[in-house]
Amino acid sequence: MTRWNETKSRALIEETQARGGALTSALRALTDTFGYIDPAAIPPLMQIFSRSRAEVLGVISYYDDFRDTPPGNHVVRLCQAESCQAVGARELTELVCAATGLKLGETSKDGKLTLEAVYCLGLCANGPAAQVDGKPLAELDENKLDAKLAALQI
Amino acid sequence: MSTCIYIPADTLAIALGADEVAASIASIAKTRGLEIEIVRNGSRGLCWAEPLIEVETKSGRMAYGNIGQTDVDGLFEADFLNGGKHEKFLGLAQDITYLKNQQRFIFKTCGLYDPCDLAAYKAHGGFSGLHAALKVTPDKIIDEVEISGLRGRGGAAFPAAIKWRTVLGAKAAQKYIVCNADEGDSGTFADRLIMEGDPYRLIEGMVIAGLATGANAGVIYLRSEYPWAKTMLDKAIAIAKAANWLGNDIQGSGKSFNLSVFVGGGSYVCGEETALLESLEGRAGIVRSKPPLPALEGLYGQPTLIQNVITLCAVPDILTRGGAWHQALGTGRSTGTMCFQLAGDVKFGGLVEVPFGQTLRDILYEFGGGTRSGLPIKAVQIGGPLGAYLPPERFDTPLDYEAFGAIGAGIGHGGIVVFNENADMRKQAHFAFAFCAHESCGKCTPCRIGAVRGAELLAAETPDLGLVHDLCEVMVDGSACAMGSMTPIPVQSAIRHFPHDFNVRQRLAAE
Repeated sequence: MTRWNETKSRALIEETQARGGALTSALRALTDTFGYIDPAAIPPLMQIFSRSRAEVLGVISYYDDFRDTPPGNHVVRLCQAESCQAVGARELTELVCAATGLKLGETSKDGKLTLEAVYCLGLCANGPAAQVDGKPLAELDENKLDAKLAALQI
Repeated sequence: MSTCIYIPADTLAIALGADEVAASIASIAKTRGLEIEIVRNGSRGLCWAEPLIEVETKSGRMAYGNIGQTDVDGLFEADFLNGGKHEKFLGLAQDITYLKNQQRFIFKTCGLYDPCDLAAYKAHGGFSGLHAALKVTPDKIIDEVEISGLRGRGGAAFPAAIKWRTVLGAKAAQKYIVCNADEGDSGTFADRLIMEGDPYRLIEGMVIAGLATGANAGVIYLRSEYPWAKTMLDKAIAIAKAANWLGNDIQGSGKSFNLSVFVGGGSYVCGEETALLESLEGRAGIVRSKPPLPALEGLYGQPTLIQNVITLCAVPDILTRGGAWHQALGTGRSTGTMCFQLAGDVKFGGLVEVPFGQTLRDILYEFGGGTRSGLPIKAVQIGGPLGAYLPPERFDTPLDYEAFGAIGAGIGHGGIVVFNENADMRKQAHFAFAFCAHESCGKCTPCRIGAVRGAELLAAETPDLGLVHDLCEVMVDGSACAMGSMTPIPVQSAIRHFPHDFNVRQRLAAE
């Protein structure tokens, strides 16, 4: 992830608009680049897409992917959908929450780890599944996930 | 001569260590001075055997299943480059029973080659459907789709040709083809498999749809949970464009079609077609009222054909082999094949493409082999989070749209999630409401408030099931889209078939 900066942020928004992209595409570009949408990006989004503050904030808050605060250095997304539930995702999630002291959707105070729920990664025949820093994991159990988390050195 | 080794580079195989396996094989081959060529193919959908590697030998492609990094030394010792026997040897890939018992046409080439290898796609018959479509009028293309009986595979099972003809008949300067690749149902991964494993098939289907309807622009609305599919689609689109299968004057025909990928924002409701359009236009994914139908006023108010990935992937073969060929597959009004996906607690999970008409039991036991845990099956949920929970007494229902409709269930996108006897169906019903509350776009009251109240009711110590049913009735009759109107399906099917799980006192007494 790139550290947020105003010039780059504005350039991304302008580029998206110039190629005919919509507000949601600009939010995606900002998220993919900085990991979140900084509040300082709101005025240029309003100006370039001719939308009110309420509209821009409404769109950001509607989508789970769009955050207004930076995520932790590492992001662990645990699948909470039915296929993974059927093979123990609930129990695995409880263990991870207990081990990290975080609930799903929270970031640790030191900013090192974000724990998130995700509803289906398409690995349904090989659950429980997760995504750690964008990398897919399948057929998880406590040991396998512990090893992955330990490797993050958080 | 170098030996060709296929190691899938799909999300699942990668999650299970395929990249490390590929690196080990390459390094050991180098040390031993063996000439090999590693092809990173798509997955054949045998999820239970991933990473499934294949070696090209004189007698065909030999398969080795569940290969981890620690198996690699042993494979070389067993002379796998010549198809040598090994404890993980599965024989000729094409003869693996799981594959042999399927009747694939949508997935027939998925996993055979590097997904972005255009020459390989063409060598396996790729673009012959588009060639056929370029020779005939739009009406003729749609005639074939109509004869085929193809219905939308995304869940609603609406006859494709009716939509196509509506878009063709609409007068507008700009029309669009939108591929709904927001495959959000748990238990489904067919869209992911084919986008990662055979992206040109989707591209070909979309270009044909463009020719048939007079649309020269297309968008694939892809869910963000599938980053690898995005990589493969972007690459395939760029290659197809450079080879003039996309862009202007396609193969000298004078026809144009431009295609791009849009990545969603993690909203389940955006799989609903009008919410999807809102999202594409830059707004929150809040469903639109219908009419107007998207076929007449869709993306940016223009006529828009919206079809699911698998529906579009069925189109090339319908053009090549003719609609009547497709119509002859399947049963009744459910023609062609269905790409079922076996998931959850199942021994042999994966993609099962068979003609409609087999029973759920056939799929669960003959392909699935029962549960992975070895425990008895308590229930299966078919058709995603809005699908019914069915007990074993219903497993003999033939898999066709009408037969499933008759038992208050649906086939949806073909996802089948298996639950063992430890499943608590009250928890599952509660989850259905909670998921709806989390994902509801808020447009209509029955869904926005009903889901919250439903979750509260089922969290109570002794739930008032009469009130739950009343609530479900309001949601079914009053919701604006399937999110609210179908959430009652998993809830009420769970209550109907597993009443024991809902009565705490009765359960305590029994224990």
